[in-house]
Amino acid sequence: MKKLNAKIPEGKLEEKWRNYQLRSKLINPANKKKLNVIVVGSGLSGAGAAATLAELGYDVQCFCYQDSARRAHSVAAQGGINAAKNYQHDGDSVWRMFYDTLKGGDFRSREANTYRLAELSAPLIDHFTQQGVPFAREYGGVLVNRSFGGVQVQRTFYARGQTGQQLLLAAYAQLYKMIRAEKVTMHTRTEMLDLVLVDGKARGIIARNLVTGEIQRYAADAVVLATGGYSRVFRLSTLAIGCNGSAIWKAHKRGALFAAPSFTQIHPTALPQSSEAQSKLTLMSESLRNDGRIWVPKRKDDPRRANDIPEDERDYYLERRYPSFGNLAPRDIASRAAKERIDAGHGVGRLKNAVYLDFRHAIERFGLDTIRDRYGNLFTMYRKITGVDAYREPMQISPAAHFSMGGLWVDYELMTTIPGLYAIGECNFSDHGANRLGANSLLQASVDGYFILPNTINNYLAAELGAEQITTDHPAFAEVEEEVRAHINRILNVNGHKTVDHFHRELGKVMWRECAMSRTRLGLERAIRQIESIREDFWSSVKVTGTGEELNPELEKALRLANFLELGLLMCTDALQREESCGAHFREEYQTEEGEALRVDEDYGYVSAWEYADGTFKLHREELHFEFVQPTVRSYK
Amino acid sequence: MRVRFRIWRQDNARVKGGFRDYEVDGLNEDMSLLEALDHLNEQLVLRDEKVVAFEYDCREGICGQCGVFVNGRAHGPHANMTTCQLHLRSFADGDTITIEPWRAAAFPVIKDLIVDRSAFDRIIRQGGYISAKTGTAPEANAIPVGKEVADRAMDAAACIGCGACVATCKNSSAALFTAAKINHLNTLPQGKPEQHRRVSDMVQQMEEEGFGHCSFTGACEVECPEGISVANIAEMNARYLKAKLFG
Ligand SMILES: Cc1cc2nc3c(=O)[nH]c(=O)nc-3n(C[C@H](O)[C@H](O)[C@H](O)COP(=O)(O)OP(=O)(O)OC[C@H]3O[C@@H](n4cnc5c(N)ncnc54)[C@H](O)[C@@H]3O)c2cc1C
Ligand code: FES
Repeated sequence: MKKLNAKIPEGKLEEKWRNYQLRSKLINPANKKKLNVIVVGSGLSGAGAAATLAELGYDVQCFCYQDSARRAHSVAAQGGINAAKNYQHDGDSVWRMFYDTLKGGDFRSREANTYRLAELSAPLIDHFTQQGVPFAREYGGVLVNRSFGGVQVQRTFYARGQTGQQLLLAAYAQLYKMIRAEKVTMHTRTEMLDLVLVDGKARGIIARNLVTGEIQRYAADAVVLATGGYSRVFRLSTLAIGCNGSAIWKAHKRGALFAAPSFTQIHPTALPQSSEAQSKLTLMSESLRNDGRIWVPKRKDDPRRANDIPEDERDYYLERRYPSFGNLAPRDIASRAAKERIDAGHGVGRLKNAVYLDFRHAIERFGLDTIRDRYGNLFTMYRKITGVDAYREPMQISPAAHFSMGGLWVDYELMTTIPGLYAIGECNFSDHGANRLGANSLLQASVDGYFILPNTINNYLAAELGAEQITTDHPAFAEVEEEVRAHINRILNVNGHKTVDHFHRELGKVMWRECAMSRTRLGLERAIRQIESIREDFWSSVKVTGTGEELNPELEKALRLANFLELGLLMCTDALQREESCGAHFREEYQTEEGEALRVDEDYGYVSAWEYADGTFKLHREELHFEFVQPTVRSYK
Repeated sequence: MRVRFRIWRQDNARVKGGFRDYEVDGLNEDMSLLEALDHLNEQLVLRDEKVVAFEYDCREGICGQCGVFVNGRAHGPHANMTTCQLHLRSFADGDTITIEPWRAAAFPVIKDLIVDRSAFDRIIRQGGYISAKTGTAPEANAIPVGKEVADRAMDAAACIGCGACVATCKNSSAALFTAAKINHLNTLPQGKPEQHRRVSDMVQQMEEEGFGHCSFTGACEVECPEGISVANIAEMNARYLKAKLFG
């Protein structure tokens, strides 16, 4: 097996990206026309990449499973996007943002990638502003910022509570601009089911037309995966119902290493689960923590209504435990602190699985109008879902699976270990380490797609120009297509007596219990056994009605779940192997006396990259070298 | 809680569809309507029947993928709400809930409750963007945009593209959808250089797609999950005239 080479360019941190671009191979515009790129996914990262690659002259084919590119789950991001503009004159800089991100990730990401993320953040805001994103403004006409968790400056840009929607719609519009220019062909309602390799290089995909069920082949000179996060493995999450890990999982099985699969962000402020039938957990934006205060009753199982509990009987536990960051403590820490209080019997709500997020003080201080202006649509959303007016009584919130820091291992060029296969946006593992800071993900998805990939893919494609043209007639396509068909038939033919959702609920419960906010060796070993048996049961008793040759939502779900059942195993394997606590990965065996995460840099100062080997997983290590900063104990006290 | 669903079933665009009734038990009022349909579908699978095909993705009111008529109203009994935000507490035990797809010539039925809304994408394709290549943008604060202007642009930009406006309109007009995008971009200084071409091309595409004309009943504004004001349509018409005169 090849040694992992992250291809970090030489030079000082500030010079690396420029040095890289100076040295990478260029392709002249006339030749770019001859090159064809597949982009799977049209979220913020995929749409941005597809539009920009097309502007540069490449021929692009773009795919999404929804009916339109505008529905990708980037649309649901509420809070904002970070950039080191230092508009607020509060001491922000590229360096500070880089450091906050690296520290936020508990020193489990690469310096060079993280620095580049911060470096490209300011031009990205220029870019989106020019594309017509209606970011919030001051009366004088300049842009406004607010704070997000884990930082002490204001660097978050936002468009009301709909930032992701506005950024995605801007990217979608640019995508359609290039569709009009006939440089991009868009395949909506088309799901990638497998990857095709020729001579070890990524050369195309097999996809299913979700309306007709037709199995289709697409060939290209390079394949870009931009398929988003996989936290639906927990079933209940803040992700969209269709979010899946299928594309990256199939790529993994074809040879791409999977990095840090178990690093999952559990978001502290989602709406609590209210019943077994629930299909998703709605996020309440982290931005609410700018003004809302989190508390639980000091008394266990306090039967009183929130507003009847006097001030001195409330425990503002984040302010108590983390005085300098308070309610803006990073997500992993805030979630764990909530779990600790809930487990200790202080949870509120009907199922005692929530904590309060209270705006009373903010309303007293700034007035109702200001709070309405800042968060109006979030309060409205809360009322629609719960029927409760949060201007009058505190919201009830609870931790929920939210973001995958893990993903396909990529080098500095965003290429996976399969030549010609790239992964961008949430589906890769690159910049966030063991915990992502709020508002850094829209940023990462965007810079990956707009700025980085279009400037690295040329370095690979330049050498492909003279190569033999591969078409879908190549036997490799027939072979993979046959495997895909066999897999579909196998699912349809089980004809058992349990629904797909039944198995997804079972998997979700195990993952949430053993592989979420806190993990133990015993629990993870148990989880692996349980997932194996759920998987066996799936293959012997799942029932999917309808056929493969029609629009069949049950089949779509079953195909995605079959992959989640394998991915879940890898996640638990990864969490079990990493005998330390870092960021969102909290192993109960490794904690300080105060219950904080205990990192073990000497033994685990690397990125875990897993190879698929016939149903088992083999670990490779990418050692992390810190040349420019010294990893410290991450403290938000 | 139990309800009777009357659901439109149609195998594909080429065949005729019709209503079928399903009695569903074991529900509770905290469930969303879509979760109740999930529940029904699980029962159908166990009875060896094909599931009801319906659309959704985010299930939090922002992606715009869900959208059906519930008891004769787009997105159900409440104003300014998506179908996925509708909960069973809005219904009574024993109710009959009738569910059918968006009805509009420009939105052909694909299967059961799923329609084809790609006409919306084609309207956007004809100018619902600002032509600015990646890498060409000036510094973000170089062009000040007053708060009122930015807020107005945002009000229009909030559209989620669900199609409720078309579905609820007796003329199946897409005027509110088209106007929202035009006004979002034409309000901002960055959108001005292409303003006339944008409004002409997008309106032309809207007409080619077979949407009807707007007769200002205001029904769309009531069903729009984002409450986008019907005043946008008047504004678009004024812009259209201006484009024809000066464009
Ligand atoms: C509720 C919520 C709120 C958030 N808020 C914020 C925030 O305020 N700030 C922030 O920075 N980040 C936030 N995030 C995170 C951020 O939104 C995402 O990480 C980011 O948008 C992901 O973008 P993406 O392009 O990688 O993926 P997505 O936008 O999820 O796009 C994935 C694309 O891949 C396609 N796809 C997937 N699988 C397949 C397949 N097999 N075949 C074909 N196509 C496929 C989909 O159709 C879609 O087009 C939030 C996330 C959630 C869930
Ligand atoms: S499912 Fe996304 S708006 Fe309803």
